[in-house]
Amino acid sequence: MDISRSLSALLLAAIALLTPAGAAELSIVTGSVGNDLKDTRALLAEFQQKTGNTVDIVTMPSSSSDQFAQFRLRLAARDADIDVYQTDIIWAPQLATHFVDLSPYVKDMASDEFKAILASQTVDGRLAALPMFADAPALYYRKDLLDKYGKDVPKTWAGMATTAKAIMDGERKAGNSKIWGFVFQGASYEGLTCNALEWIASQGGGHIVEPDGTVSVDNPKAEKAIERAKSWIGTIAPPGVLAYQEEESRGVWQSGNAVFMRNWPYAYALGNGEDSPIKGKFDATPLPAGEGEQPAGALGGWALAVSKYSRHPKEAIELAVFLTSAYAQKYRALKSSRLPTLRSLYDDREIAERQPIIPRWKKVLENAVARPTAATGAKYNEVSSDFWTAVHNTLSGEGSADANLELLKAQLLDLRGGGW
Amino acid sequence: MADAIAERSALARFVRRRGAAAILFLAPMVIVLAAVAAWPLARTIWFGFTDASLDNLPAAKFVGLRNYFHVLTLESGRHYFSGLLVDPVWWCSVWNTVKFAAISVFFETVFGTIVALVLNAEFPGRGIVRAAVLVPWAVPTIVSAKMWAWMLNDQFGILNDLLMRLGALSHPVAWAASPDTALAAVLIVDIWKSTPFMALLILAGLQMLPADIYEAARVDGVHSVKVFWKITLPLIRPAMLVAVIFRTLDALRVFDLIYVLTPDNAQTQSMSVFARQNLFYFDKFAYGSAASTLLFLVIALVTIGFIRLGHLNAESER
Repeated sequence: MDISRSLSALLLAAIALLTPAGAAELSIVTGSVGNDLKDTRALLAEFQQKTGNTVDIVTMPSSSSDQFAQFRLRLAARDADIDVYQTDIIWAPQLATHFVDLSPYVKDMASDEFKAILASQTVDGRLAALPMFADAPALYYRKDLLDKYGKDVPKTWAGMATTAKAIMDGERKAGNSKIWGFVFQGASYEGLTCNALEWIASQGGGHIVEPDGTVSVDNPKAEKAIERAKSWIGTIAPPGVLAYQEEESRGVWQSGNAVFMRNWPYAYALGNGEDSPIKGKFDATPLPAGEGEQPAGALGGWALAVSKYSRHPKEAIELAVFLTSAYAQKYRALKSSRLPTLRSLYDDREIAERQPIIPRWKKVLENAVARPTAATGAKYNEVSSDFWTAVHNTLSGEGSADANLELLKAQLLDLRGGGW
Repeated sequence: MADAIAERSALARFVRRRGAAAILFLAPMVIVLAAVAAWPLARTIWFGFTDASLDNLPAAKFVGLRNYFHVLTLESGRHYFSGLLVDPVWWCSVWNTVKFAAISVFFETVFGTIVALVLNAEFPGRGIVRAAVLVPWAVPTIVSAKMWAWMLNDQFGILNDLLMRLGALSHPVAWAASPDTALAAVLIVDIWKSTPFMALLILAGLQMLPADIYEAARVDGVHSVKVFWKITLPLIRPAMLVAVIFRTLDALRVFDLIYVLTPDNAQTQSMSVFARQNLFYFDKFAYGSAASTLLFLVIALVTIGFIRLGHLNAESER
């Protein structure tokens, strides 16, 4: 641990030596989910003190789909106002041409990074972005309620639904009219693609588009998975879940109004915050699976990319390296339970003590399923949008899973045309 | 004779000079309009006929009408149609937009007229009420959309809470979640926001009405309801028509309310949302440009239709 920390410090010093004197003014766009902004501010303060460069934070909408459109517009216009972009790991194939190749700066950490994440950021042999933190969802559950009703932590989706229903009914009878069984991300946006991909993959129904480019989504297992999710709406999940993104579902969960929640690890630290009504009353476990199947969490995460159009590329790279260093990753892990992309941090004692979810998540991350970004390339956004529309339609009762997936298959084949 | 010739040439000189002056005075306006309106519009129309991608606009190649309509003959001899004109998602967004525009403008006109009539009456504190009515119009749309999004939230929203306390609802409604209630939510917010604008324009029309007609009606003992239908309404119709045209054009390019308040999918999106999605989010800049061009055509047609309607009305009254 100390070695990688001093290594990154060394690297910083080396870069600082190469940098001509004079402070630069940099701009960075970062996420604003949960504690992200607070963490970035604290880390930036350190960076500014160390290097004398000032850094401005440009905030973006919390929906990642909205951010992407903004990024694409700025980059297409060769906008020099933003130096460092925080990018979703699924965007690399679509935006790589606008970013500086960062492979020379990751060398000493490359062997420590999760292979799948590093691979997702490598486009045509160039490293588009430095991994910042990883994401793999968890099933959050209320320990106190499960104990109260004598239930085990569910391993299957069916088990989760039964437990949720039983506890919800019991609590409602006891007078808590606001309680729901399960909240997830059901709004039509990228988050629904992650949720639905998990339902389908953990039922053995494939990954929408397979690595070889075949469209696999129209199959009975996928249908079953989505129909099952539909049965949750209005029974164990509030009807409003069809408009929830991460923060809306966390809002319901953290006010103590849900038994289960599907969310990313950031909700762990926030749920245990001082002002949280459910502090110490919950835990997290890998997502359930279909009968006899393996659980599947969508591989997510964020990375830092340096714009080709930056006026201060050296300082910008320095900033990206600092914010993705083992030191910064550990900081985010401790403060916000953000999963490091460096495997060595999963054995870190301090992290294990303060954020016990993180060491447990190493295996989940190693088995996480990737969204079909590599197979579909520049067309991924449209694939994902068609997919989440089909799922959202099914969940909101506009047609059966059978009919919607058949249509989706036709749309995807049409989109593929001669090839992805 | 010589005098007359001199006079005529002086007149001609004057006319010429006036013409030159007019061109001089108009030039800045024409140049600015060409730069900020005509040029972007022409570029958008041009990109609609190319295979442009946002990452590499200069490399765009002309592809004819392919973005609008394209027939592909498959190996099996089957024909496959693609393009905007046969894209069900596009037509769905056209229908959504037209439906939204028609309903919202109808209610805004009715409520706007009522508010204008109230504000036209003499009562103490009228100035303050007039200013207060304008508040929803003064709030930026994106701000009021976000504000309403929280008010309409199914778990924390004040609207559900109020309606449940009043007993109007038995369980909270997730307004933004399903296409039907989402449209209702968008309509509520738009009507709340734009009624003041309508009221203001109609009020301006009301205040220009001559008082003597009303006096005559009062002397003849005409019922006030009849006065409204027979005198007020016909006389404020020109002002109303202007207000309706403004609002309709606004409503046809609605973006922010729909974008914030509804699930961002094919069931609820408007023409502008469709265009944006293709332009920036998908890798289909040319297709989005074609959609923007059609959006422009739709709005142009509606405007021409309204102006025609206005002319016909004016003529039939003459």
